[in-house]
Amino acid sequence: MSENSQDEWTLEIKPVSGWFNFHLKDVWRYRDLLMMFVRRDFVAVYKQTILGPFWFFLQPILTTITFTIVFGNIARISTDGIPPLLFYMSGIVSWGYFSDCLTRTSSTFVSNANIFGKVYFPRLVSPLSNIISLLMKFGIQLFLFLCFLIYYYVNDANIHPNFYILLTPYLLFLMAGLGLGFGIIVSSLTTKYRDFSFLVSFGVQLLMYATPVIYPLSALPEKYKWIVLMNPMTAIIDTFRFAFLGAGTFNSGNLIYSSVFMLVILSIGIVIFNRVEKTFMDTV
Amino acid sequence: MSAVIKVENLSKLYRLGMVGRRTIAEDFNRLIARIRGKENPYLKIGETNQRNSKGNSDYVWALKNIGFEVNEGERLGIIGKNGAGKSTLLKILSRVASPTTGSVKVKGRVASLLEVGTGFHPELTGRDNIFLNGAILGMTQDEIKSKFDSIVDFSGVERYIDTPVKRYSSGMYVRLAFAVAAHLEPEILIVDEVLAVGDAEFQKKCLGKMHDVSEKEGRTVLFVSHNLQAIRNLCQNTVILNNGEIFAAGKTEQALRDYNELIRDIKITADTEIGNQINRRGKGRVRFTGIEIMDEFGNKRFKFEIGEKIRVRITYEIFREIDGLNYLFALLSGISRECLTLFEYEISRDVMKPGRKGEVVIEIPELRIKPGEYPLYFELTDLKYNSFAKDVIDDLTAPLVITSNGNKEIFDDTKPSGYFVTESRILQNEIYEAKEISKVL
Repeated sequence: MSENSQDEWTLEIKPVSGWFNFHLKDVWRYRDLLMMFVRRDFVAVYKQTILGPFWFFLQPILTTITFTIVFGNIARISTDGIPPLLFYMSGIVSWGYFSDCLTRTSSTFVSNANIFGKVYFPRLVSPLSNIISLLMKFGIQLFLFLCFLIYYYVNDANIHPNFYILLTPYLLFLMAGLGLGFGIIVSSLTTKYRDFSFLVSFGVQLLMYATPVIYPLSALPEKYKWIVLMNPMTAIIDTFRFAFLGAGTFNSGNLIYSSVFMLVILSIGIVIFNRVEKTFMDTV
Repeated sequence: MSAVIKVENLSKLYRLGMVGRRTIAEDFNRLIARIRGKENPYLKIGETNQRNSKGNSDYVWALKNIGFEVNEGERLGIIGKNGAGKSTLLKILSRVASPTTGSVKVKGRVASLLEVGTGFHPELTGRDNIFLNGAILGMTQDEIKSKFDSIVDFSGVERYIDTPVKRYSSGMYVRLAFAVAAHLEPEILIVDEVLAVGDAEFQKKCLGKMHDVSEKEGRTVLFVSHNLQAIRNLCQNTVILNNGEIFAAGKTEQALRDYNELIRDIKITADTEIGNQINRRGKGRVRFTGIEIMDEFGNKRFKFEIGEKIRVRITYEIFREIDGLNYLFALLSGISRECLTLFEYEISRDVMKPGRKGEVVIEIPELRIKPGEYPLYFELTDLKYNSFAKDVIDDLTAPLVITSNGNKEIFDDTKPSGYFVTESRILQNEIYEAKEISKVL
């Protein structure tokens, strides 16, 4: 070996690395692992259940029925003239993906501690795989929603699906980014102090009420509207509903706000996550 | 030869105790220090990593200023007592934990085996788990696909490859997991004591595999073990860690000699290693309070020539009443840990009252066995061998070392090995009545 190869170290392990080293190249190198995790989640999740993937259907249907009765029939909250069933289901399906992403990724460190403690791979692979495997569930639920949609459409209900449907992948991307961003921030904070994990489950619940899931934006008094508009999820759910049902409004400004918000939260999340992943084994 | 791993000034500080409100205050102090551009205030109060002495500080240096180099193709052993910092070092080398200060430079791909079957999912089939585990260890899909047949072959569980691994026997599980790991092709392979689980034949196979990847393919292997025989067979060089610092490093033979000096320091008392379920097992009714190996003149030593007289002196104390007392002392094989010879004495047939202490010396007039290291096993038990009335010290003391200083002809190498019986006699058996019950546990 020549003298100068002495300096060609492929890896240097030091106490801390820079704040803005995202290790995204590393994540790309481990993409096979990412796909294996997704596969594992999908194969293992409904093993030894009788209904299997049918649970994916049951959950949104039951929630929709409950919401229809409670908010539609008892509380009589407006649905902008859309059949309540479709209105609630559209909200539940799209909100469901976001909240699943958030809650699942928020336990990344704690629930993977045993693997993380034994072998190195870019930790980000784990929450990323969660987000991808949750897409599967979303897809099944979206299919269910579309079935109802077509049924109502054929029966001449007051709904107007339009070309904004093409935005759906982008909306998913935004929700995934927001869920991932918030989730990994929480997961980083919970490694040492578990207090935050208590916050997540009911925090997500509360956040749902600050998002137009069970009510249309138009039903809000002007006074409070700005609070709901601050919520980056508002534009996403609203756009989703507008695309499929034709109710509400499409406001590109709000959507851009959500996009910027997502980028910021995700960047902060990855920075914190990368800081924590190096030391978390000592505190988890 | 060039260095592929270079460890410089490596230190790791751990905080002991619970995470709670106090740690928030400490986090806060650290933050303030950082904002003011000062050093982390808790780095200064760290204490050396000594497991059995009570410390004053909550902070402990698990590793302190470690430095060594590993050359390409070298097989380096790492040994040390429990809690000496071996696993911490491996964790840092495999990037699972990060150091507090210092650095490690690495050339080439590293794969570490701190555990067999990391990430195995019980619901998935053997086939799926090969792919999953391989990916976790850093292989790509194509790599695994090309080696799949050979992995299945090595594991010997072909018949069950499409069965979920939760239905596997634990042996099959380990075989499959190691088979995946054995087919990694990193430049540097880091192996923790994962081999402790398999049977003797399987361990041999694994050690052989590690030897092969280094010898034939020029890969570097770092191997941590308590099994000195395995280290001796596999590694050219060895690093000994003690209390988080390097105690000795160099050629394996010399390092192992130093290591024996080190562990000979262990003094057995009533509460030595009580928390250690592997080497000390007992429920506390009776406890060893001392173990000494001596020659016929009463000099303490562990190294004897073939045929020399050996005396073993133990003291014990009774803490709760037990029904009689038996004493067993065995020589184990350094390789397979099987019992080679057993000495058994009935010390008392009476009910032993709490507070009684005793002393037993037995003598082995002539021990003619192959030169080598023999781990020792001691046991005190009641007459019925009840497990609740036992104290076992299993390979906690230094092993007995038998040498053949020039007298090679005395030992016949062709003699079959295995269990043997040798003469012994009891020299002393005294029981002292209780004056005061000392408090232990």
